[in-house]
Amino acid sequence: MAVLDRVAIPAPLTPTSATRLLVLRNFIVYKSAWKLFLTGFLEPVLYLFSIGIGVGQLIDGFTFHGEEVSYAAFVAPAMLATSAFNGALMDSTFNVFFKLKYEKLYDQMLATPLTTGDIARGEIAWGLIRGSVYSAAFLLVMLAMGLVESWWAVLALPAAVLVAFAFSAVCMALTTWMTSWQDFDKITLAQMPLFLFSATFFPVEAFGDSVLRWVVEATPLYRGVVLCRELTTGIVTWESAVSVVYLAVMGVVGLLVVRRRLDKLLLT
Amino acid sequence: MISARGLRKSYGDFEAVKGIDVDVRQGEAFGFLGPNGAGKSSTMRMIASVSPVSAGELRILGMDPATDGPAIRGRLGVCPQEDTLDNELNVFDNLYIYGRYFGIDRATCRERANELLEFAQITDKAKAKVEDLSGGMKRRLTIARSLINNPDVLLLDEPTTGLDPQARHVLWDQLFRLKQAGVTLVITTHYMDEAEQLCDRLVVMDKGVIAAEGSPRELIEAHSTREVAELRFGVGEHEVLAGKVEDLGDRVEVLPDRLLVYSDHGEDVVTAVIDRGLQPIATLVRRSTLEDVFLRLTGRSLAD
Amino acid sequence: MTTTQSTRTERPTGSLSAWEGMTRQLDYWVTVYKRTWRGGVISSFAAPLFYVVAMGVLLGGFIQADPDRLEGATSYLAFIVPGLVAAHAMQIAVSESTYPVMGAIKWHKTFFAQLATPLAVRDLVNAFIAFVVFRIASACAVFMLVLAPFGVFESWWGPVLAWLAQVLVGTAFALLTFGYSARLKSEEGFGVLFRLGVMPLTLFSGAFFPISNLGPVLEWAARLTPLWHGVSLSRMFCLDTVDWSLAAVNAGVLVVLCLIGWRWAVTGLDKRLEV
Repeated sequence: MAVLDRVAIPAPLTPTSATRLLVLRNFIVYKSAWKLFLTGFLEPVLYLFSIGIGVGQLIDGFTFHGEEVSYAAFVAPAMLATSAFNGALMDSTFNVFFKLKYEKLYDQMLATPLTTGDIARGEIAWGLIRGSVYSAAFLLVMLAMGLVESWWAVLALPAAVLVAFAFSAVCMALTTWMTSWQDFDKITLAQMPLFLFSATFFPVEAFGDSVLRWVVEATPLYRGVVLCRELTTGIVTWESAVSVVYLAVMGVVGLLVVRRRLDKLLLT
Repeated sequence: MISARGLRKSYGDFEAVKGIDVDVRQGEAFGFLGPNGAGKSSTMRMIASVSPVSAGELRILGMDPATDGPAIRGRLGVCPQEDTLDNELNVFDNLYIYGRYFGIDRATCRERANELLEFAQITDKAKAKVEDLSGGMKRRLTIARSLINNPDVLLLDEPTTGLDPQARHVLWDQLFRLKQAGVTLVITTHYMDEAEQLCDRLVVMDKGVIAAEGSPRELIEAHSTREVAELRFGVGEHEVLAGKVEDLGDRVEVLPDRLLVYSDHGEDVVTAVIDRGLQPIATLVRRSTLEDVFLRLTGRSLAD
Repeated sequence: MTTTQSTRTERPTGSLSAWEGMTRQLDYWVTVYKRTWRGGVISSFAAPLFYVVAMGVLLGGFIQADPDRLEGATSYLAFIVPGLVAAHAMQIAVSESTYPVMGAIKWHKTFFAQLATPLAVRDLVNAFIAFVVFRIASACAVFMLVLAPFGVFESWWGPVLAWLAQVLVGTAFALLTFGYSARLKSEEGFGVLFRLGVMPLTLFSGAFFPISNLGPVLEWAARLTPLWHGVSLSRMFCLDTVDWSLAAVNAGVLVVLCLIGWRWAVTGLDKRLEV
């Protein structure tokens, strides 16, 4: 029987090649859904045009770290960060939940030499690749619209990827605790205020000097927004370093938790 | 190939597998027969190295699943109870991508995927979506997928549950061909006919323990008579009439809809029953099956 | 053995009246509502409220309250509220008539089960839409009531008419979307609908900023969108700046869209359930 011809099974996969395979799997799936992929890029652009420019005509501009910035230039980097955030959130909550509970995709993968660590890394890596394509395209739109004001903006791409990484890892970890679709209401309940109140559309000074302002400044999406804003406007301060460390730690912790949780859920 | 000693699996307070000893030899078809909840699937998941052993010893291909999980899984084929096909990929990609998970190179993967499509008789569906396949085709695709790495051992958990009779026979034929080609098969099932058809050797499992072990024929010889006379009376009469026919066979079982009288000569039993003036609505004489063995060992039927 | 005494029920002859066809499904939809209303609370109330606070209050704090530039509103908050509620009506309408419609056709097959009774396709559409309209009406009503104390309304009767306008624009979208969903084979089309339909409409139909900011060409394009007619009506009534001839056009367009939408929905479902 030809189907039973000997196949050489190489030694267990290295983490890198395992991650690459999972990315390949998702890439094949996405090839057939390219329309959705393409339209995903539109979201931040539409927000930029609507709020940044449409509403922007009603606003004179803001001072950011003491310097005058046009409203569109103020909102654009925030859209860069929030679209990385939204994309990561969708990928690592809805999609992962679907694969985990309904498709049983990970059970299938675990019947092969792949491990739970490979799965966590592969899914997050895919989310990051997809996200960075979007972010790069958005940066080009910003450039074309004259909203990029410094060479620092080159670093805004890795910054957006870092935002995506931090949220992917943490949200995927949270997803492993979810039991039904109703739990996603809680995700939406967290997503909306983060999106709207992380100094996205107005400066953090809007909160006055209240405690609320400190709370906002301590939230992860705010760190991402300010990081991107400092880079694209070129008004870079030590705050960027804080943001980078904050987001990196968040991502690594998330990744470790995901791995432990997947072990617990799938390897019982 | 597989050896288990005192193997246990517990989930919290619930003990699904309560210390079983099993040896599977190269090239045989080995079965776990038992009703739902007997601990078959838990055992299979431990063998598949995705479920940690709670206690006891388990060796697969000479390796310990606790430390060599990926290496063991690289040489196993797993066909789970529910199809875990990748619905987002087409039929061909299901095989191709799965093969890649084993680290098999691209060219070999493509070649094998095509061969396996042929084997599963779904070559014309290569580009189809998984959701457009019939239940039988999905199952064949799952089995084809489990063969992508040419496994040393193929694990099949309830392979024909939910299939129509025709699809079952197609599948049995394919499993039989694999067995002939020397693949070691480990099968769980709650269908006694499936166990009789496919297994060289099997264990009867109930409530987490092994109730008996042997070939289908050995088990029937040891735990049942050659023939069984089935007597059907009016609704509610079986319990009462059991006493009146008790002495005609080695043993009588009362089922809700019929009486089973175990004897080496079934026809004689039926004649004797009618001679006594009892008037069964229907009678049937048949050979003993594993179902009878199970009934004997546990007092329950497999369907429960 | 006991046999159950079978009672003969009155068997109606001929086809049902539209009213009868709809009311016979009342209990079904009440049951659905009891089971699902909690899920709608966050998306129906919390989400738009966040938008009002973030955009209307906080961002609004940076926007000059110039009635000339805000279509007559005395604050950005007063400007944005009627638009946001109208856009929200559209969002509820679309989300309630996408996946649920496909579910009833493809996954749960509820429509097939209902059609095996004396109900007709027309009745299924009517009851389904009535339910969606109820969802829209209740969500918008609660929302308008919550906002009333914030001084964004100029009269007491305006918000009531504005509410009717919101329900009207929601109904139009519910019917149009129903027709689209009934014709759709795979749910992937919904992602495209949300991103290429709902989102651009929300962002550019005058909810967030006056469409005159779009420049003359795009302004006219915005006037052609169904949502703009709803936003325009809703805002004129809330701000008491009603131009009755414009209002008549707005309302007329929406009513026509409802009628077209109804045909589109019924024919779509009819074709789909035949096979």
